[in-house]
Amino acid sequence: MLDAKIPEGHVSEKWDKHRFKTKLVNPANKRKYNIIVVGTGLAGASAAASLAELGYNVKAFCLQDSPRRAHSIAAQGGINAAKNYPNDGDSVYRLFYDTVKGGDYRAREANVYRLAQVSNNIIDQCTAQGVPFGRDYGGYLDNRSFGGAQVSRTFYARGQTGQQLLLGAYSALMAQVHTGKVTLYPRTEMLEVVVVDGQARGIITRDLINGAIERHEAHAVCLATGGYSNVYYLSTNAIPCNVTASWRAYKKGAFFANPCFTQIHPTCIPVSGDHQSKLTLMSESLRNDGRVWVPMDKDDKRRPEDIPEAERDYYLETRYPAFGNLVPRDVASRASKGVCDEGRGVGATGLAVYLDFEDAIKRDGKGTIEAKYGNLFDMYAKITGDNPYKTPMKIFPAPHYTMGGLWVDYNLMTTIPGLFALGECNFSDHGANRLGASALMQGLADGYFVIPYTIGGYLNNDLPEVTTEHEAFAQAEQAARDNTERLIANKGNRPVDDFHRELGRLVWDRCGMSRSTEGLQDALERIPEMREDFWKNVSITGTSGEFNQVLERAGRVADFYELAELMCRDALTREESCGGHFREEHQTPENEAKRDDENFAHVAAWEFKGDDAEPERHVEQLEFEEVKPTQRSYK
Amino acid sequence: MSKGLNLTLKVWRQKNTLSKGEIVDYQLEDISRDMSFLEMLDVLNNRLEKEGKEPIAFDHDCREGICGACSLFINGQPHGPMKGTTACQLHMRSFEDGATIVVEPWRAKAFPVVKDLVTDRSAFDRIIQAGGYISVRTGNAPDANAIPINKKDSEMAMDAAACIGCGACVAACKNASAMLFVSAKFSHLSLLPQGKVEEKERVLSMVDAMEREGFGNCTNTGACEAECPKEISMDNIARLNRKWLSANSFADV
Repeated sequence: MLDAKIPEGHVSEKWDKHRFKTKLVNPANKRKYNIIVVGTGLAGASAAASLAELGYNVKAFCLQDSPRRAHSIAAQGGINAAKNYPNDGDSVYRLFYDTVKGGDYRAREANVYRLAQVSNNIIDQCTAQGVPFGRDYGGYLDNRSFGGAQVSRTFYARGQTGQQLLLGAYSALMAQVHTGKVTLYPRTEMLEVVVVDGQARGIITRDLINGAIERHEAHAVCLATGGYSNVYYLSTNAIPCNVTASWRAYKKGAFFANPCFTQIHPTCIPVSGDHQSKLTLMSESLRNDGRVWVPMDKDDKRRPEDIPEAERDYYLETRYPAFGNLVPRDVASRASKGVCDEGRGVGATGLAVYLDFEDAIKRDGKGTIEAKYGNLFDMYAKITGDNPYKTPMKIFPAPHYTMGGLWVDYNLMTTIPGLFALGECNFSDHGANRLGASALMQGLADGYFVIPYTIGGYLNNDLPEVTTEHEAFAQAEQAARDNTERLIANKGNRPVDDFHRELGRLVWDRCGMSRSTEGLQDALERIPEMREDFWKNVSITGTSGEFNQVLERAGRVADFYELAELMCRDALTREESCGGHFREEHQTPENEAKRDDENFAHVAAWEFKGDDAEPERHVEQLEFEEVKPTQRSYK
Repeated sequence: MSKGLNLTLKVWRQKNTLSKGEIVDYQLEDISRDMSFLEMLDVLNNRLEKEGKEPIAFDHDCREGICGACSLFINGQPHGPMKGTTACQLHMRSFEDGATIVVEPWRAKAFPVVKDLVTDRSAFDRIIQAGGYISVRTGNAPDANAIPINKKDSEMAMDAAACIGCGACVAACKNASAMLFVSAKFSHLSLLPQGKVEEKERVLSMVDAMEREGFGNCTNTGACEAECPKEISMDNIARLNRKWLSANSFADV
């Protein structure tokens, strides 16, 4: 049985008591500890900066040429907090409640409560850093509404909230680089975790410019390496986003939790052709003013402007009158898939629905809509060539976020002592479905306000002195070299992207918005065959000792094959529907997700047992003391 | 369905920082107008990989115009012909059938070429390290609504903060000056009350860092503003110059 180390007491007291009980590292001793942070997105940059401020010696690693380019930068809509500035009934408890419910009762209550508690500190911290949040004419902070909530609790910086929050965390990180407490390693990829006597004591990296394989020692390692939506090939994630760091940790003994919990975001720009390299999200905030619809009649091929009101089906508003267009993401995505499956989808491929701003523009004026969403409308126009002020946007669901990830306890520590996982790369707080504007909140909560406390509790253990000369470093380095050389020695003739696209299509069909026993079993048969084909026929040009983007991509795709298999295995084992995990065999008569709380109110955490062995499924039972699981209803 | 574009691409190829580069020609056929510029390069790279040839290296990350990774000098313009647009958001419908397109990396002493179209822009990080931040430790912050900020000031700060740090301003400038980048960060912070506290130290140390990194001087030609994909205003440069002048001219009394 997995021990999540949840503190005693009422949910509202746990974090306070835990902080009091956790041993502190004396200020003068902090400088004796080295901490590695991999990834410089919201979680990584905020953690690295905050740990350095406390006095630890931090090494921060990222793939990009600058930490400022981590993919958190692309988050658009906003960040939640329980400030209740609008006086509309919000509270820490309500944010906690909404998040547990939104996650379809598959998140750990204690973690979610802590998240809601520190949400307000995040807004304070970011404002002090100079994050230019939207304000009203009195000069005070403004809020907007997001899916899955009936209060306005989302803070935003136009449609670029992720960018501004990341630049805030990045600036804090740069300040610490300036003081010398953080050493920065850009364009560096982590290839292995080094485990010495059962404790994480370092990592092996590849310098992406010259290919050098290097050893780095530390007393603790924090992974903040994001999610794995790119397993689908087409997703809203940046092209380099990958599972490699988490996956290598998994293969070293860190359990991987709920890999099948992936989020398919309802409002993305539809695919235009086979050349498509990625999908672009249109912020959920657009659903505040945009109305989603398709024609009533599936043979209606008229232009949207020519279809009269009575012949339009505003299916979210009709089916979910209480939440309307603001139902949570999993519900909205599934509803869109449903109408497209009925043949009522629009656009060239029939895989799109309308998001219409006509009424909002009539009601509030074009100027108001432009002020709220101008940059999103511009982006849409650039990509599609259509003008959303005149004709409705076309949208379709796309992979966007992964709730699954490395299993962590209340202290954010994985099953490898000394290895922590922060932000999207842990399985954390979102259960089976993440609510909008909660990813930024969780990334920054973990980095600014959780890890700085919990890591001290671990460092207080007597950690032996270890250098990079230790045998475990040599072995890990050799493993990284072998893997790289094995890839480079492969002189097939099929490009990496072709393999990735093929894998992505299969995972999307079999383990995407809708999953079935038959489909998952088929995928589990085909993925190993595809992987074998990859290792035989992939074309990798260049050498390992130079800047080689093909080699980088190949290494990541190789790991995606293995992850895809675990996702399907997890989806097959979870004989229920919950949140983003929709098993066709388990649905209500109204086609909503049907949970099985009796048998599946737990986290499934997978343990790697070797390349040729089946992984072992462990269970962390979820206890709901505050929010009693019910059939989620947004009607 | 209209037929795709036939194009001639002239691309800068350079093995590494120390080697000499050259322009190499490639012919492309039937390129969809709906492709982004980077997807067009993906198509070419896919072909090269099939032929066992090394694909063209270029920086890219989010492909949504926000991360600032892409850095292509297209037909003599940073990010190509479309105003206020990064290369990843430039679509092939902006080009005519039969066009010749020249693609080069950013050219500036402070941005050495890493490979092909990839440059090293870490100089920008070092400028930020010199003072592009507000020194507030985690946990120090007062309530976010404790200091009301005039909406107009806040909006102007946001306009400046929208800079994506791509370096197009440097690539566009005949002096390879980084003044638009530096002044955007300076203005973002200076327009907010929180940023006033360290304003004087910030302006001096960021300008010093910029000079140390080997960027040129600003001669107000305005190419930076014209080419900036986020349309950052040159007013920021004026603001920085005023503050720099006063920081250098007046004693602390």
